Amino acid sequence: MDLDLLASLLYATFRTGTPILLVALGELICEKSGVLNLGQEGVMLMGAVTGFIVVSQFDSYALGIFTSVLTGIVMAAIFAFITLTLQANQVASGLALAIFGTGLSAFIGTDYQGQSIAGLPSLAVPHLSEISVIGPAFFQHDILVYTSLAATFLLWWNLKYARLGLILKAVGENPDAANALGLPVLKVRYLAVLFGGAMSGLAGAYVSLVYTPLWAENMTAGRGWIAVALVVFASWRISRVLLGAYLFGLASILHLVAQVFGADISPNLLAALPYAATIVVLVILSSNQTRHKLFAPLALAIPWHKSR
Amino acid sequence: MLRFTVLPRLRWLTHRIVWLSVLMFSALANSAPLKVAFIYVHPAGESGYSYTHDQARKYVEDVFGDKIEVTVVDSVPDGADVERVLMQLARAGHKLIFPTSFGYMNAVQKVARRYPKVIFEHASGYKQARNVGTYFDRIYEGRYLSGVIAGHMSKSKQAGYVAAYPIPEVIRGINAFTLGMRSVIPDATVNVVWVNSWYDPGKEREAADSLIQQGADVLAQHTNSPASIQAAEAAGVYAVGYHSDMSRFGKNAHLTAPMHLWNDFYVKRINQVLDGSWKPESVWAGFSENMTTLAPLNPAIPPKVVAHIESLKEKIKAGAFHPFTGPVLDQQGETRVPAGTVMNDDALSKMDFYVEGVQGKLPR
Amino acid sequence: MHLELRPVPDYKWQYLSPLLATMLTLLSGWLLFAWLTDAPGHALYVFFIAGISDAFGLSEWLLKATPMLLCAYGLAICYRASLWNIGAEGQLLMGALVGSAVALEFLDSESSLAIPSVILAGMTGGALWALLAGLLKFRFNTSEILTTIMLNYIAMNLLQWAVYGPLKDPGGFNFPESALFSEATLLPVLWPDTRLHVGFLFTCVVMPLTWLLLAKSFVGFQIQVAGQDPKAAVMAGYPVKRLGYVVLLISGALAGLAGAVEVIGPLGQLVPTVSPGYGYSAIIIALLGRLHPVGITLAGLLVSLLFMGAELSQIEMGLSSAIASLFQGLLLFFFLACDVLIRYRIRFSPGTVTPQPNH
Repeated sequence: MDLDLLASLLYATFRTGTPILLVALGELICEKSGVLNLGQEGVMLMGAVTGFIVVSQFDSYALGIFTSVLTGIVMAAIFAFITLTLQANQVASGLALAIFGTGLSAFIGTDYQGQSIAGLPSLAVPHLSEISVIGPAFFQHDILVYTSLAATFLLWWNLKYARLGLILKAVGENPDAANALGLPVLKVRYLAVLFGGAMSGLAGAYVSLVYTPLWAENMTAGRGWIAVALVVFASWRISRVLLGAYLFGLASILHLVAQVFGADISPNLLAALPYAATIVVLVILSSNQTRHKLFAPLALAIPWHKSR
Repeated sequence: MLRFTVLPRLRWLTHRIVWLSVLMFSALANSAPLKVAFIYVHPAGESGYSYTHDQARKYVEDVFGDKIEVTVVDSVPDGADVERVLMQLARAGHKLIFPTSFGYMNAVQKVARRYPKVIFEHASGYKQARNVGTYFDRIYEGRYLSGVIAGHMSKSKQAGYVAAYPIPEVIRGINAFTLGMRSVIPDATVNVVWVNSWYDPGKEREAADSLIQQGADVLAQHTNSPASIQAAEAAGVYAVGYHSDMSRFGKNAHLTAPMHLWNDFYVKRINQVLDGSWKPESVWAGFSENMTTLAPLNPAIPPKVVAHIESLKEKIKAGAFHPFTGPVLDQQGETRVPAGTVMNDDALSKMDFYVEGVQGKLPR
Repeated sequence: MHLELRPVPDYKWQYLSPLLATMLTLLSGWLLFAWLTDAPGHALYVFFIAGISDAFGLSEWLLKATPMLLCAYGLAICYRASLWNIGAEGQLLMGALVGSAVALEFLDSESSLAIPSVILAGMTGGALWALLAGLLKFRFNTSEILTTIMLNYIAMNLLQWAVYGPLKDPGGFNFPESALFSEATLLPVLWPDTRLHVGFLFTCVVMPLTWLLLAKSFVGFQIQVAGQDPKAAVMAGYPVKRLGYVVLLISGALAGLAGAVEVIGPLGQLVPTVSPGYGYSAIIIALLGRLHPVGITLAGLLVSLLFMGAELSQIEMGLSSAIASLFQGLLLFFFLACDVLIRYRIRFSPGTVTPQPNH
């Protein structure tokens, strides 16, 4: 394999992995606090469409990205109100959020289908981007790729060394005890859900403003679901989320690259491979029952109310 | 006796008058607009296939004004739902329906039998009936020309082709493009990536990127999104769009695009239904009947090439040239069309092999 | 405003909350349509009533609901056992695939065994696909939520592979579709002059059977205990794993049945797009129906009405097709949110602030 190909594969892996990484980071925080939000796909689509509309209207990427994030927060707030304040079933509400977001994004995006914007330019890191192979693979991305990496590092550091990790753990593992300790359980969960929404909104902006700068109904094509799956797959650890997001990114382009190299397998069966591979990895990761249990937040998806 | 014959006659006459006046009245009522419906498989707003039909729909609305009343139903998936949509349209008084997806074919047949007074014009299908006509454009003519342009513009002698599903129409397009390109560069190769979707911008983008990475410096596509145009623009290579003019997605990259032109056909068909001369036909027309064309050519294409394309186009139009003129060899080097002959429509419509120059194996 | 836990759940609200949710949906629908059109009342009429106001509409309504209901009954059993099977879509597709493969064996046959064989094959296909998720869950401890989602994508690709490959109609100009099934393989029409076929009767059989299983049988009791309190189930000596397998097999078989019924019912052949997401809609229907067969039936009728309403509002009023899923989401939100009133009551207490001991 020649080095240029390697560099471009790595570059593409970053591009395909980034939206999944962004959503998965948000969902991880959300789940650590004990809330399962299956609706990230819908939030992502809403982020994608609103960001796109703002950029095509005002031609400002900063404003577009900001709008996407804000939209993500608003969508997550609906979910948070229904599941945290009104105590509804989280699985069902998450599915409802996904459906609602898909429909609403298609609806408000009708007039913007097939329109074109230039796309967020990439930011080459001075000097570093000129190194052969490493430069094109790692240092010629756009600002959102770097943001996602910075966010990964910040979250990892905070979970490991700061109070955030402890608070989330307390609220997500044993909300009653956390409440007794004086932690505002619902407030923490609200913030975690909103953070998850913000990240999904950002991921949506990445898809419609950077990755493929256009708007089309359902353009995230299931990436939000993959990201939610990834969190479990990574047993709620940041480092594994990072690795898993890029692995899935790589898997989802490999079946296309394999065709370019003349692999003689039905493209349908090739396209099924990433999903089969995911199952295999899930099996390997979760067959060790005790280790799996150690990382899952104990109170995940269980509604909690103070007066209970 | 006379009374016996006159009275019935009188009665017959009065009946006749009443009947005639009813007829005249209904003729007046008939000046109510003809209800025409279009059914699309995708949202109308995207730049792909459904969009081209919707553009033509707008055109006929302008042409006919209040002589017709147009209904659009979009995002109707192939499958069990379309039969209901067709029946609902028929029941709502639509007299002419254009179902525009291949997957609607058998539902159209069923509903056409149930509503013999309603006329159906089914795009891309092959089953006709007393009240069902079919139509499609010979888009491969434009594909061939875009291949010729690619041959002139490519330096690496490699083209990449982002394709949706291996159906005859798509394979025909790949082959026509390849023949066109090899008419300029005899040893040019075309690499195909199947993305298994008509519309997935992410996948199309990745497929395009990996084709460029493998050395393709011209891309072509048989998918709906402009993602591969965007990929080519970003990488500084050329790309051929599809369905409609996609130049706004990549001003420098976009060479041209084979385009559907349904306008004239729709006007003709609606006129025939209005004056009662409609008959079921199987229409497969190209440049000659203005059913397909090329999007405006990129200014980067040298004038000599533009002139060559124009003359080829005129030749195809006049029937003096056919893209699938022998000798056409398949990948194994076997002759599929002997020298001096032209591939017939039957063979064209069920094409299931790659011509020489296409890389990889056709999925089956 | 704050929530106060009721001493005992108020079961009156089990019936009132769907009513309240319906009212809220209608109200928000009215507002939405008032914004989009001049005649919101007419739009609501088109959306909810016009489609089912005659024999044609009624038959189409029941036809559309059939596959979703079959899937939803099975899912309800799964969810009662706390097995979060998201894979009805994949199981349905496998049922359609295997059923079609068998149906194609009967192309020149007039055998009366054709229909039963296809249906049996479809149920087996769906059940085996669900069994796969079961094996992964009980052998390897892999979350069924994730494996069933992945298996949906795999089933979809398998179906496409088959319809572009081995099951393609040899006389079909290489288009991706199977041959049309023979008359002997097609389900007879139930209601003359409509498309409603005998497949609908399966829902009429499965609904009471689901109810009997859940409400009246010991196995059903065991299933629900295992779902609500696995530890207690183990202590009571219930075969928890075996119950899990049984539950998955039932729901897979029902989804497979739905797939088989679609291909030998309204479709009459295997095509790449057998299902426009029936398996996913079924999840909503099961949850909307509160996992109760009667509730599911009502919810299924409501959801299929929404689909038809979306089509009709395009035909009659030129409204966008995205409104259907927007509406589905809204409706589900309202239904889920209103359920809070079963266990909590809302207290409006101006002036009096509830003590917050933790701050």
